[in-house]
Amino acid sequence: MGEKIDPNLWSDGAQPQLMGGRLPSGQVVFPMPTGDAAEGVEPYKLSRRGKLWSWTSQGFLPKEPYEGPGSGPGEGPPDFQPFLLGYVELPGEVIVESRIVDARLEDLHLGMELEFCIVPFNARYDTFAFRPVAQSESQAA
Amino acid sequence: MSENVYIIGAGIHPFGRTDSRSGREQGVYAVREALTDAGLEWPDIECAYGGSAAAGNADIMVNELGLTSLPFTNVANGCATGGSALAASQQAIASGMYDLALAVGFDKHPRGAFNAKPSDYGLPEWYGQTGMMLTTQFFALKIQRYMQLHGISRTTLGRVAEKAFRNGTITPHAWRRSPVDLDTIMNAPMINDPLTKYMFCSPAEGAVALILASEKKMKELGADGVKIRAVSVKTRPPNSFEVFQAGISIEEGGKPTVLASKAAFEKAGIGPEDISVAQLQDTESGAEIMHMAENGFCKDGEQEEWLANGWTEIGGGKLPVNTDGGCLACGEPIGASGLRQVYENVTQLRGRAGERQVPGTPRFGYSHVYGAPGLSGVAILERE
Repeated sequence: MGEKIDPNLWSDGAQPQLMGGRLPSGQVVFPMPTGDAAEGVEPYKLSRRGKLWSWTSQGFLPKEPYEGPGSGPGEGPPDFQPFLLGYVELPGEVIVESRIVDARLEDLHLGMELEFCIVPFNARYDTFAFRPVAQSESQAA
Repeated sequence: MSENVYIIGAGIHPFGRTDSRSGREQGVYAVREALTDAGLEWPDIECAYGGSAAAGNADIMVNELGLTSLPFTNVANGCATGGSALAASQQAIASGMYDLALAVGFDKHPRGAFNAKPSDYGLPEWYGQTGMMLTTQFFALKIQRYMQLHGISRTTLGRVAEKAFRNGTITPHAWRRSPVDLDTIMNAPMINDPLTKYMFCSPAEGAVALILASEKKMKELGADGVKIRAVSVKTRPPNSFEVFQAGISIEEGGKPTVLASKAAFEKAGIGPEDISVAQLQDTESGAEIMHMAENGFCKDGEQEEWLANGWTEIGGGKLPVNTDGGCLACGEPIGASGLRQVYENVTQLRGRAGERQVPGTPRFGYSHVYGAPGLSGVAILERE
């Protein structure tokens, strides 16, 4: 396991959860606000299960401040690893933007059941992602 | 009661890449074109508003244009820089304070997709570090969901780009002047699914200047003016879905484009059916499709039929959209892009668009610009 890309982005433990915030109005937001904007906002552990709201692929090497494969010294577009990303609706909470792993582009569809996970990002950091819930498990849930 | 405001001069520096000129020099070029068009000299201009996103301050242009001591306000409003400059100069004349004002926008961006700093947008660093802070992803994510919900096909995305490049071939100020066929567009490398390389506009260079006048001044000069019926700039309402959002509300919110469009139509006292020609923000093919509905020109999903039947072509029967090829064929110099749309409508309404002229005598021209962090500017012009 690498370091967390942001120490406050998800909770520790065997079943980590993405950290959002609950506004005084009751609305759940992501990410948890910082600084003065955090006043009155209660840290809120987000659901580990959600449904795919939209998706796309990232087919080219992003410029700075991207720090993933291809961005290092002496690296370039051939070192880049294309990835999938999307928005995941956490029922009753908020829709979060996330990497999507363990899936092929052609398998993605609206409403697909996804679950939270932690994945390696670069030589130093881990980041968060969502992955498809296995079919049998999905039906059981 | 506010004064009527007219655009009496319009100038453009060709969009694309001009290695020999800085962004600001392209701005000066456009101002001189606009002055010539209006039959004016620089010392006639009483106040100016303008800016760029990446090519420096506009007020420095007085070094080249002349030190006339006019008040020159720099506008730094991202993608709405041009729209905000137009709105400010329109207000300066509508208030009765001035009779002649300049709105100018220019830019010069490095090649490749725009990059943005998370802290500039109030976002945590991880959002940029992990490769999620890209405007191209937002547009892909927005159109992907829209296609699923409203039955828009990938072919329709391709048709938008095909039309843009076709219109670019007959537009002197466009960057992309060669046609690209539908197969090539559809089979090009995927940038962000479902959008291929040819479905995205590129950052570019260019400049546009517009000279605005009061009705009294226009008549005194005998100038060829186009009336500004309405200008509206709106930022995002609660719970909206915009570029650079790590989290979106589960409650579906409003859209800045819908707000700006409604406000502009209300001010102008006309409806979408009255518009003869429209320039809609087409950062990529999907944006043009969604903006057709957000601006009230069709219902969600009807774009499939509109594009299949060529209803947005010049002379296509319903509403010509992006007659100069839009951002797809002209590229997107942020500070100039919104004013290019207005320049194109002025040209169309004056009947000076040459090969790309919309047939008949177009009376109302509509322009719509959208950009980060969720704002829209709409202008409605009228040929009286």
